[in-house]
Amino acid sequence: MARMKFLCDADRCIECNACVTACKNEHEVPWGINRRRVVTINDGLPGERSVSMACMHCTDAPCAAVCPVDCFYTTDDAVVLHSKDTCIGCGYCFYACPFGAPQYPKVGNFGTRGKMDKCTYCAGGPEADMTEAEYVKYGSNRLAEGKLPLCAEMCSTKSLLAGDGDIIAEIYKERVVTRGYGSGAWGWRTAYGDAITV
Amino acid sequence: MNMKTLAQRFVAVLGVVAMLGVAGMAFTPAAQAQQINPTAESVTEDALLQALQEGDKIEGRVSIPDDLSSGLIKPGNASWASTHTGTVRFLTIAAVVGAVVVLALFYMIRGRIMIDGKMSGIRILRFTAIERFAHWLMAGSFIVLALTGLNLVLGRTMILPWLGEGAFSTITVWGKVAHNYVGWAFMLGLILSFLVWVAHNIPNKVDAEWVAQGGGLFKKGVHPPAKKFNAGQKVIFWATTLGGAALSFTGFMMLFPVLAGTQADWQFYQLIHGIVAAGLSFVIIAHIYIGSIGMEGAFDAMGSGEVDLNWAKEHHSLWVEEVQGKADPADPPAKGTQPAE
Repeated sequence: MARMKFLCDADRCIECNACVTACKNEHEVPWGINRRRVVTINDGLPGERSVSMACMHCTDAPCAAVCPVDCFYTTDDAVVLHSKDTCIGCGYCFYACPFGAPQYPKVGNFGTRGKMDKCTYCAGGPEADMTEAEYVKYGSNRLAEGKLPLCAEMCSTKSLLAGDGDIIAEIYKERVVTRGYGSGAWGWRTAYGDAITV
Repeated sequence: MNMKTLAQRFVAVLGVVAMLGVAGMAFTPAAQAQQINPTAESVTEDALLQALQEGDKIEGRVSIPDDLSSGLIKPGNASWASTHTGTVRFLTIAAVVGAVVVLALFYMIRGRIMIDGKMSGIRILRFTAIERFAHWLMAGSFIVLALTGLNLVLGRTMILPWLGEGAFSTITVWGKVAHNYVGWAFMLGLILSFLVWVAHNIPNKVDAEWVAQGGGLFKKGVHPPAKKFNAGQKVIFWATTLGGAALSFTGFMMLFPVLAGTQADWQFYQLIHGIVAAGLSFVIIAHIYIGSIGMEGAFDAMGSGEVDLNWAKEHHSLWVEEVQGKADPADPPAKGTQPAE
């Protein structure tokens, strides 16, 4: 099985936010929740870089470690998913995540956040694949259809890569060698314990 | 063409040349700016991570109207997660298991602490209805809070395998709701208890003597003098007051994350909450033991409010003198211990 990862080549990202929009549309994500977002570092300065970020599907995910009800699980493809039926909306995963991925439909005072929502790597949830029940809670399951996450698939500059970690790391390395520069595989060191060295 | 027109033309040409010169100078810095290579000056993740302070995050600007989402990478969150699942979980297990082991050993060696002089049959009022109300409001809510809190820390490993995901999730949701609301009852009980008992819990010289004799806990027939509260009870009072205040404050901040401030602040409050709760659980398990099965006659003080006179004379001799002196000044209080029947 593949070890699925995301990689945002920030030297290619043009901050068009199409990945954000595609994700919201594909999964009918509730109002106020953004499973993916584009953050611009040093905005307006020479050498600014934009990074598209969502759940990185960490190795030894800290969200899964702190969950009091153990609602997270890792698929064979190493995608970190969770069960909204089991989630109690305590908010611990929000504080454990280095990437700001877990979000809640409501304002967090007095423990009334509602069920957590986050990027599923377009892989749905614990319900049977490609069912209505799964779609309503988690959005579409493109992985089950043999497709990769939509955000990466429709990226116009092919900045955002999704797929097996080794393969996309190889693509990124090749790019860095060819063009002679690279601002780094953003989040990889934090999520997977090692950065891509070229 | 007269001289005047010639001069005018000369001035005009001079003006154009001067303007071109100024424009040329203006173009020079622009050309230099073109030489800045945005790629060479690009931010890199490595540099940002190295410059990152403890608990800080790499952040930028987002176009979506949600400031919270402007953070990009915050490695500190993962260290909070490992402290919570590591140190705090360990301390919680150590506190609960440690308390049970220590008390079991104490029970096996010392046994139940009995009233040496047997029951006298005479009962005196130890705690008024208000004192008992304050105590049980605090105690009842503490037990709910402790059980639901322990469930959040340990339930996943100790209860989930027995109940299954669905049932465990359901009880944990209700546990969370109970924890969030019963906390207010605890705060009220804590304030009431503080008000009714603080005057009796100021440490004094009698406490030093009590501690020197080990409170009489470890030797049969030893009963160091004590007022209304002995040094051990004062320790419980202050542990509850200060620990309870810390739990109340940090718990309040966790309930209102907007007031708590940044994520790092909330995480700090959460860790303090967990560690203080573990420590207070240890103290309270010991308190429950000595107030029930650990000592004959002790539970009555908080049960009916009235204790046996001989129990009172053995454990709170100075207090008995005080209250009996007040109640019946004609009858001088007995000196020392009463002989057994």
